[in-house]
Amino acid sequence: MTIHAERAAGDMSDASKPDAGAPPTTEELHGDPYGSGDEHGGRVFTVNGGDWDEIAESLGEAPEERIVVNMGPQHPSTHGVLRLILELEGETVTETRVGIGYLHTGIEKNLEYRNWTQGTTFVTRMDYLTPFFQEAAYCLAVEKLLDIEEQVPDRASVVRVMLMELNRISSHLVAIATGGMEMGALSVMIFGFRERELVLDIFEMITGLRMNHAYIRPGGLAQDLPPGAVDKVREFLALMPKRMKDIAALCNENAIFKGRTEGVGHLDLTGCMALGITGPILRSTGLPHDLRKAQPYCGYENYDFEVCTWDTSDAYGRYRLRMDEIAESLKIVEQCLDKLKPGPVMVEDKKIAWPAQLALGGDGMGNSLDHIRHIMGESMEALIHHFKLVTEGFHVPPGQAYVAVESAKGELGCHVVSDGGTRPYRVHFRDPSFNNLQATAAMCEGSMVADVIVAVASIDPVMGGVDR
Amino acid sequence: MSGEEAAVEKPQPLAVQEAEIVAVRKGMFPSGGAGFRSGGGDTSGYGRLERRIELPGQSPRPYGPGDSYGAFDEIENELFGALDEQGLAPELAIERVVVHRGQITFQVRREHLVQVARTLRDDPALRFELCLGVSGVHFPYETGRELHVLVPLMSITHNRRIHLETTCPDSDPHMPSLYSVYPAVDWHERETWDMFGIVFDGHPSLTRILMPDDWPGHPQRKDYPLGGIPVEFKGAQIPAPDQRRSYQ
Repeated sequence: MTIHAERAAGDMSDASKPDAGAPPTTEELHGDPYGSGDEHGGRVFTVNGGDWDEIAESLGEAPEERIVVNMGPQHPSTHGVLRLILELEGETVTETRVGIGYLHTGIEKNLEYRNWTQGTTFVTRMDYLTPFFQEAAYCLAVEKLLDIEEQVPDRASVVRVMLMELNRISSHLVAIATGGMEMGALSVMIFGFRERELVLDIFEMITGLRMNHAYIRPGGLAQDLPPGAVDKVREFLALMPKRMKDIAALCNENAIFKGRTEGVGHLDLTGCMALGITGPILRSTGLPHDLRKAQPYCGYENYDFEVCTWDTSDAYGRYRLRMDEIAESLKIVEQCLDKLKPGPVMVEDKKIAWPAQLALGGDGMGNSLDHIRHIMGESMEALIHHFKLVTEGFHVPPGQAYVAVESAKGELGCHVVSDGGTRPYRVHFRDPSFNNLQATAAMCEGSMVADVIVAVASIDPVMGGVDR
Repeated sequence: MSGEEAAVEKPQPLAVQEAEIVAVRKGMFPSGGAGFRSGGGDTSGYGRLERRIELPGQSPRPYGPGDSYGAFDEIENELFGALDEQGLAPELAIERVVVHRGQITFQVRREHLVQVARTLRDDPALRFELCLGVSGVHFPYETGRELHVLVPLMSITHNRRIHLETTCPDSDPHMPSLYSVYPAVDWHERETWDMFGIVFDGHPSLTRILMPDDWPGHPQRKDYPLGGIPVEFKGAQIPAPDQRRSYQ
């Protein structure tokens, strides 16, 4: 953490000015963005733990100075590489700025150089806590452009809904867990991550991976549920209500927890609408807006569940709301299991469906031996077909579509443009965290430094999704 | 624009276009008919094949119910009526209305974007109160309309969705900022500036957001070099991804 103290009067030191004569370099003109900040004229303290009193003493002679605290990007309580630039007066935050971009990986650009199916493997890595939502949004958009939405088999849609709801549970658990941890409530963190592990075990069993699954594919799923998956989910459903009760008993009426979260990070409905905020933050103002109900996709209209709301517009309300949503998600997952009927998990159209089926062999997961036998020994046409689909991919008719799903964090939109080729022409994700982080200043300014942490935690940003 | 001015200006008839042609390509591969990278080498016989990349154009009215949350004709009538009331001829402001795959997109001329957006937000029959971001697209071969921007809007009141689309040329990459209507576009416009170099006039602080402040260029543009270097593998050169031979 760097503290940047500037003198209120304009006695900026001239000592750091470059020598006359030599042409100024970029660094001299604009300052080194990665430098210590000395060149801006203020005094810089680098703090790595230790006692605040020592810092305060060393400020010494002019204690009324305006203090700019640079929190992050490497700070455990900023949810990854989020950088907050706080201007303080005493312990009160007078101005907040958010710096992002430290985890920009150019996923959207990369997508343009891979085929449509390979796209899922990128989008799943954006918001790494909600991989299935990105996969679903992307695949629904591609399916819309292909005009095959109606052909996606029921079983695939049911499994998609089930995975998305399990994912909502795991994402909310992390939000609650890290939120607790950042306030110093380590038990909440341990409870939350322990429960999340149960969900990740299910993911691992079904997709082979704990995160970054690339399991939902344009047209359906990568493969069917493995044997035993339904039983494992049922076990989880039996166990979870008790575990959730534990977290609720620990936090709901906990005086310290409530003291830290009630009234903190306040953002009312007007503010949410102006800033385009969706998800738990919007619902914590009392507006029951949920795309699963308002504009259902993947057959959400066939499930019985409530849209949870809370009316306090604060961090405590968002915590309670997430707990309620976990309960609703468990209800939906249970209904998914009842709806699961045997059947295909990929569209019929052999010009789109992935040709190979996966199977577990002696050396791990790979193309099934039946398929290999078919293409290598029986049918030349099948081999050509396999080769064309796997190397070149399918064509998507030109056009654009914007498809939105209700992710754990709000509206996750996917704007897909095709030029008729086998690769996306442009894919843009409207990540809910990216948009919701804009509310940081509105939630934090005027509050205490310690409340900034709570407010940001209640937004639940994941920088992988924000920076993409 | 005042009502009198609009009355004097004659609404220009829309050029009825079947589709929006964004590029004309030759051959099967991105490097064109001449062949693979340094010319020659395309032995596929498709080198002289010419294809026009066409995005869906103006849709015929009525648009029908739409397969999702639309009542598209109603939205259009309300919007056109509201614009008329303000003295802005709808034909001047809206270039095209595209209904594709159950979604409606209004292509708005950039000089009228803010007024159209404000009407969409404030008119009680429209009430698109939620703006869901700004997404740029670069079509380097669509002369005069190289840069597109898509703005999805949602009305929670009426449970409807529409998109606004605006274009601007590469030679004058300016667009009015929607910040005054939807403060939510703040970061989204910064991102679009960062990635495409579109200047949103009226934005309070249009700075880079994802790339470092001193970064040269705008990475999501199609003419932005990827910077990949050829990789030598057992004596052969594997070109960088953007120069590699690939299907389109």
